[in-house]
Amino acid sequence: MAFDDLGPLWLTLQLAAVTTLVLVVLGTPLAWWLAFTRARIKPAVEAVTALPLVLPPTVMGFYLLVLMSPGNPLGGAWLRFTGDTLSFSFSGLVIASVIYSLPFMVQPLQSAFETIGRAPVEAAATLGAGPLDRFLTVASPLAFRGYLTAMVLTFAHTIGEFGVVLMVGGNIRGETRVISIAIYEHVETLDYAAAHGLSALLLAFSFIVLLAIYAMNGGRALRAR
Amino acid sequence: MAAALDIAVSARLGGFELDVRHAFALSGVTALFGASGSGKTTLLRIIAGLEDGARGTVDYAGETWLSSAERIRTPAHRRGVGVVFQDARLFTHLDVAGNLGYALRRARHTGPRPSLEAVSAALDLAPLMNRRTDALSGGERQRVAMGRALLSAPRLMLLDEPLAALDNRRKAAILPYIERVVHEFGIPAIYVTHAIDEVAHLADRIVVMTEGRVAATGDLPEALERLDLQPLTGHFEAGVLLEVTVTAQNLAHRLTHVDFGGQPMTMPMLNIPLGETIRLRARARDVSIATEPPRGLSIRNVLEGRIADITEEPETAFAEVSVETPSGHVRARLTRLSVEELGLERGQQVYALIKSVAFDRRVVPRGSGAPVSPER
Repeated sequence: MAFDDLGPLWLTLQLAAVTTLVLVVLGTPLAWWLAFTRARIKPAVEAVTALPLVLPPTVMGFYLLVLMSPGNPLGGAWLRFTGDTLSFSFSGLVIASVIYSLPFMVQPLQSAFETIGRAPVEAAATLGAGPLDRFLTVASPLAFRGYLTAMVLTFAHTIGEFGVVLMVGGNIRGETRVISIAIYEHVETLDYAAAHGLSALLLAFSFIVLLAIYAMNGGRALRAR
Repeated sequence: MAAALDIAVSARLGGFELDVRHAFALSGVTALFGASGSGKTTLLRIIAGLEDGARGTVDYAGETWLSSAERIRTPAHRRGVGVVFQDARLFTHLDVAGNLGYALRRARHTGPRPSLEAVSAALDLAPLMNRRTDALSGGERQRVAMGRALLSAPRLMLLDEPLAALDNRRKAAILPYIERVVHEFGIPAIYVTHAIDEVAHLADRIVVMTEGRVAATGDLPEALERLDLQPLTGHFEAGVLLEVTVTAQNLAHRLTHVDFGGQPMTMPMLNIPLGETIRLRARARDVSIATEPPRGLSIRNVLEGRIADITEEPETAFAEVSVETPSGHVRARLTRLSVEELGLERGQQVYALIKSVAFDRRVVPRGSGAPVSPER
C-alpha cells in the first residue's frame, strides 16, 4: 500500500466515525417514533427512510449536489454562515453520508425498539421514571444489541460508499478523497498494485464486520436489508 | 366523605367502548371483577396514566389526574401509582436487586416509604436478590414485581391479574403474600381479577364490570351473596362467604370445629388459634337441600333454615335456592327437577347440607402473623 493511501484511509475512518455519531443522535428519535407511532404517515416516513437502499447512489448524489450548490438555498446559507461551499467539502460529505446511511441506523434501531415494546418503558413510568430517564435507563440498555448492530452497519456502509461521494465530494486530497475514490483513481491510472492493496483491505474489513454482527446475533439474518 | 379516587371516564379503543363512573374508596382492597374483555385492564391503565385515549375526569382525593375538558393529564410517572402487571414486566437487563433499587431510587418523597428490609421480609425476597430475572419462576417474578411496586412508595397500588399466568398450586402459594402486602403496608389497592376465589380472599369490596361499564358494587362478604351478582360471577363459582369462629381443634381426626352464629360446623384442620374469626366460602354446587333432618349421612355440616328465594335458571337443568339460617344464609344449586319433586317453596323449613367449605382468610386481626396456607 502506497504511503499516499494513508491520507484517504484516515479520511475515510473520520468520515465513517462522524457519520455514525451524527446518525446515532438523529436516528434514535426517528427510530423511536417509527417503532411506536400510530400516525397514518408512518408508511410514508418509512419509505423515505428506506429510499437510500434502492436509489442509485448517483441519483441521490446528483440531487444532493444540486441542493448543496451555492445557488441553492441550503448551499447558499451554508456559504454565508461558514464562508465555505458545502459541495466538494468534508462537511458536505458528512451530510451526504448521513442521508445515504440513514436506513442502516434507523432500521436496526426501529426493530430493536419494536422488540422491546412499550411494556418495560410503561413499567418504568409507573415507578416514577420520567421520559428521558426511562429511555436512558431502560429502553437503551435493552436495545444495546440493536445499537451495536446499527452502529457497525452504518460505519461499514459509510466506508464502502462511492457513488454519492464522487458526485458530492469529487476527489480532493485531504478533503474528500476517501478510500473507494482512491481505488477508483488507482485503476484509472493503471496502478493495479495499489488498487489491489486497498481493495483487499476493504474486503477483509467488510467480511470481519459482517462476521462480527452475525456472530453477535447468533446467526439471525440482518434486519437492515 | 372519605378520600376517594373519583372516576368518570369514557374511552373508545378499537371497537370497544368503556364508560365508567365510580368513586373507588382509598382504603383496603377493591376487587375490580369481570370477565375478560369487560374493560378492567383498560380502566386500570387509565387510572395509571398509561392510556392516552380516555376522556373525562380522574380525581385522586382532590388532585386532578385527568380532565379532558381542562386539558389536564398528569403523566404516569407523577401519579405515584404502583402497578403490578399481569406479566410482571421486570427489567431483564437488571437482576432482582437492580429492579428493586430502580424503584427505590425513584420513590416518592412524600408519604410513608416502605423500607427495603420490610418489603424483602414480607415477600421473602432475600434469597432472590442476586438472581437474574429470567431465572425466576412465575410466582417469584410476581413477588419481585410487587416488591418493586411497593418500593416506589405508591399512594395507590394497581394489581392487574397478577396470578393469571400461574397454575393453581403456584397461585395458592403466592396469594398469602399478596394478602400480607396489601394489609401490612396499608396502601389502598385495586385488584383486577376474573377469579371469584381471589376476590373472596383479598377484597374488602367489589366492583363488577361488564362490557365496559360498572354493573354492580358492594362490600364483602354481603356483595358475593346477592343473587343479582350471580350471572356475573358465574354458576360454577357462585357461593356465599361465612364468617365463623374457631372453637376447637380435633387433633385425632384432624378436624377444626368452628361456630357459625350458634351452629357448629367442622372442616379439615386449619392451623389457626382458637377464638379467631375466619372467612369460609361455601360454593352453591357444594350445598344440597333436605326437607327433613337427615340421618345416616356422611355430610357433617347441616344448617337449619328457611328458603328465602328460588331462582330457576332458564334453558338449564338448574335452580338456585337461597336458604336463610339464623346465622346467615347459604345458597344451594339443585336441579330444577329436585326442586319440583321435593316441592320446595319460599318460607319452607329445610336443611342445608354443606359438602365442603373452602378456607378463605382470617378476618381479624388483619395482616398479623405469617401468611397461612389456604386449605383447598
